[in-house]
Amino acid sequence: MAVRIQEQSFDLGAEIEKFAAGRRDAGAIVSFTGVVRDDADGQLDRMEIEHYPGMTERAIAAIEAEAVSRWNLTEALVIHRYGVLRPGERIMMVATASRHRMDAFAAAEFLMDYLKSRAPFWKKEFTKDGAEWVAAKEEDEAALSRW
Amino acid sequence: MIDVLYFAWVRERIGLPREKVETNAETVVDLVEELKAREERYAAAFADISALRVAVDQELTDFSAPLKGAREIAFFPPMTGG
Repeated sequence: MAVRIQEQSFDLGAEIEKFAAGRRDAGAIVSFTGVVRDDADGQLDRMEIEHYPGMTERAIAAIEAEAVSRWNLTEALVIHRYGVLRPGERIMMVATASRHRMDAFAAAEFLMDYLKSRAPFWKKEFTKDGAEWVAAKEEDEAALSRW
Repeated sequence: MIDVLYFAWVRERIGLPREKVETNAETVVDLVEELKAREERYAAAFADISALRVAVDQELTDFSAPLKGAREIAFFPPMTGG
């Protein structure tokens, strides 16, 4: 199980190749990639992501451990960036490996749902009209109840 | 002395990312009351604690949590990861 919190971008293809390399026991590898989306009709200049160093790593490691206890996973990886990100840039990725695909898909969704509202990151959007903190969505909190 | 950390708009409203605080507060909410009594910017940041989250020693908890033995308290808005 691995967690990486970093400012720099990552090579998606290389990360998945590395994640999959040398595995003989996993029949399924699932990955999800989060991308900065411009909801402001081309007005979004950038997003700044702040996090809580120390707690971020601990919180995500705990979420991963929970996923491992619920599903039959052979490996899991979370990469999450912080700092300044432009529309179209990758924010984060999750990868899961399991014997069969159901576990890998379910665990990846579980990890995403928990990262949304239990990992200490905060996003601020900058448009030409100013800056605003992204508010947490009620549906993100509600999504946790399905697990 | 405990380290008190602020993130996102809580940090902006209070005007600093962290500080050391001398306190005998027994719970998080007692500490919040002490901070609110200090200055207007704290009162503004903590006006509605239902809009805030708190972590004690890097574990998410609630405002009634005891502070005995705690080294680090962090206040922040609901998280927006992913």
